[in-house]
Amino acid sequence: MAQPKDFGFGSEEQMVRDSARKLLKDAAGIEALRALVARDHKAAYESAVQPAPWDERLWTQMVELGWTALAVPEDAGGAGMKMVAVAALAEEIGRAAVPSPLVSTLIATIVLRAAATRAAAAAAGTGPRLQDPPAAPAWLERIATGTPATLALTPPSGSWDPAETAVRAERSGSGIVLRGEVAFVQDARKAAFFIVAAAGEGGLGLYAVPADTPGLTIRPDRIADLTRDQARLGLDDVRVDASSILAAPGTAAEVIEAAMPAILTIVAADLCGAAEWQLQTTTEYARVRTQFDHPIGFFQAVKHPIVNMMMDVDRARSLVYAAACAIDADPTDAARLACMAKAAASDAGAFCSDRSIQLHGGIGFTWECDVHLYVKRQKHNQFLYGDAPYQRARLAALIDDKAGRPGQA
Amino acid sequence: MSERTISPEQAEFRDYCRRWIAENRPAAPSFRLPLSPIEVMTEDQRRYLCDWQKRCYQAGLIGSDYPKEYGGGGHRGFQTIATQELGRAGVPYMINIIGLNMAAPTILNHGTDEQKRRFLPPLLSGDEIWCQGFSEPNAGSDLAGVQASAVRDGDQWIVNGHKVWTSLAHFASWMIMLCRNSNAHKYEGLTYFIVPIADTKGVTVRPLIKITGETGFNEVLFEDVVIPDKLRLDEVGKGWTVAMTTLLYERGAAEGAGSGGGTSLDERVDALVALAKRMRRNGGAAWDDAVIRDKVMQIAIRVEAMRQSARRARVEPLTEHPMRLPLQSKVQLSELLQDMAAVALEIEGPYASLYLGDAHAPENGQWPLAYLNSYGFTIAAGSNEIQRNILGERVLGLAKSK
Repeated sequence: MAQPKDFGFGSEEQMVRDSARKLLKDAAGIEALRALVARDHKAAYESAVQPAPWDERLWTQMVELGWTALAVPEDAGGAGMKMVAVAALAEEIGRAAVPSPLVSTLIATIVLRAAATRAAAAAAGTGPRLQDPPAAPAWLERIATGTPATLALTPPSGSWDPAETAVRAERSGSGIVLRGEVAFVQDARKAAFFIVAAAGEGGLGLYAVPADTPGLTIRPDRIADLTRDQARLGLDDVRVDASSILAAPGTAAEVIEAAMPAILTIVAADLCGAAEWQLQTTTEYARVRTQFDHPIGFFQAVKHPIVNMMMDVDRARSLVYAAACAIDADPTDAARLACMAKAAASDAGAFCSDRSIQLHGGIGFTWECDVHLYVKRQKHNQFLYGDAPYQRARLAALIDDKAGRPGQA
Repeated sequence: MSERTISPEQAEFRDYCRRWIAENRPAAPSFRLPLSPIEVMTEDQRRYLCDWQKRCYQAGLIGSDYPKEYGGGGHRGFQTIATQELGRAGVPYMINIIGLNMAAPTILNHGTDEQKRRFLPPLLSGDEIWCQGFSEPNAGSDLAGVQASAVRDGDQWIVNGHKVWTSLAHFASWMIMLCRNSNAHKYEGLTYFIVPIADTKGVTVRPLIKITGETGFNEVLFEDVVIPDKLRLDEVGKGWTVAMTTLLYERGAAEGAGSGGGTSLDERVDALVALAKRMRRNGGAAWDDAVIRDKVMQIAIRVEAMRQSARRARVEPLTEHPMRLPLQSKVQLSELLQDMAAVALEIEGPYASLYLGDAHAPENGQWPLAYLNSYGFTIAAGSNEIQRNILGERVLGLAKSK
């Protein structure tokens, strides 16, 4: 139960954060973002296939700085750094609204890590035996060297419960055949492999499916957010072998449950970073825009909501680091704090988005003003893995569980 | 606080605090104690709470970090631990809250050695109760507009004026008081005094009745009150600077000489959940209503965020501006308490109509009382509107509002 007072945020973690802030400031500033994703509104929203531009040279730099290896355990070739460092990195990604598969890849890493832990426990005889050797470490090694990956868990119904997956798995000889559809797959066109949840004999399993596997089709969605891409996956007799079984049938639900606090914390950190940008940008505008002979921040109808933005961001940010620290040092409390962090960050993202447009006035309603890029990213992040009311319902269920009553959520 | 980040001395002190509190927890009184020390009204309540503070002081749980020569324990890093242990033990609060949290740090920062020796020991022990004379009928949010005058007359000052919202004045020996010594400058014309209140010629303490129907604070009238110059705190004309020190502590941005006890925020969240499980709505428990559960969880999240922000405020690389979190604490806490009480009233439904003393009132009507009382905190210590101006201007650099 021992949690360090400073969230365990030491010099190593600060170095990761500061180097991220510097690289993104230099190579992924707001002008670069605008030029990359918002140069042409027609192309953005009216092309037959929505473009999903990203800076692949920047990705190479991120990989060289070890960002994909950050959350990969050392025995799989990674840096094995603490969750507070991962959260700090995600916060910087959000602050710069970087179009890249990094957040998706970090989340995939978390799930692979949980799968590896689960499989190792099984191999050590402390969990149910598995038929096949653990596959997750090899996929983690690929991520550590810069291979982007993403989760493919969500059925077309939009449910966040992977047990409702619309993919079926069937054993076929030494391999597995996957059939069905996955929706709301993040950064699907940037990922080199997917982590697919599929139901079959023995229960829910997790499978690694490379993007170029025959039978796999990636059908891009048209989405409002210009800083990422999203797609539906069609799996038409997709055949994978045993080296793709990340979580054996019947073990996927607990793997995802174990990974969920970190997943929520990463998305919440991204929301917080972007909300801080919204706060700073709106503050700056209220300092320079003059009406009635005063900078508009002079007026309390503008000043007070900006202060409310700051208080929302700060509540969420404190909870993000508390959740990250709990994952590192006090896992029994991680689920509770991560639900809280995601709920608070989703609300902060919503409020900061709302005020960032309104307080910019007419210009804030135009394509040329950058605030819409962040508003759209925030809206997207708000719902990912469950929005604020969803998280609060889970939190209430956790309280019921603790009290020894079945949850209602 | 984590096991691994406190020193062995602190850990030992914490064990001592736990042991001492377990062995010395006072018996519940036969009368009702109000929700907070600033509402203490009766002599029974005063005697019970003064006795408790004195025992805590003698045990070293109050004034732990204050210098020994001024009656303190002379330690470092002990007060946080004592405050935390008292807070989690569910024991009564400290009655001399204004003395401990505002007068003591102000005197320690601005007083003469003689003033510190005279005033701090009986303040810490609770033998002398303190009150605060800042607000006036025409100087609330615009505090620097105070008009209570102090006119120098040789080695003494003649004080005239009218202070309001003066909690604990009816028990107080002393008042920390902001006076105007010059009309030439708004801010530089202020001087800060320590003024005797009890049995002082020309001082009248009159109770004010709150919307709760309770008394608990007062107005204090000063008519040609003579006070010696040695009761002046810091220099003539520096009253505003001294008052800023007081406000820093009043708004919770810095730690005073000790506090703790009372009902913790966690206990209040637990009470809210328990209330929702007990009260009925639409044929089931209120807790089974998704909207009610959502609102209770919003409160629980804000409570946790308060705690985590206090933790983060001390981690320099995770703060953008040194005063950004400290200056929020008063706004965040007062609005949290208000919203929490409002949610409790919603959960109670028709039972929210039952007030203190009604035989059917849930928890003796404490939630309607807490709701009404909560406006004291959103208005006091600089209304939250003023706090938002301060945050916008000092932390974010927005143009100063008039």
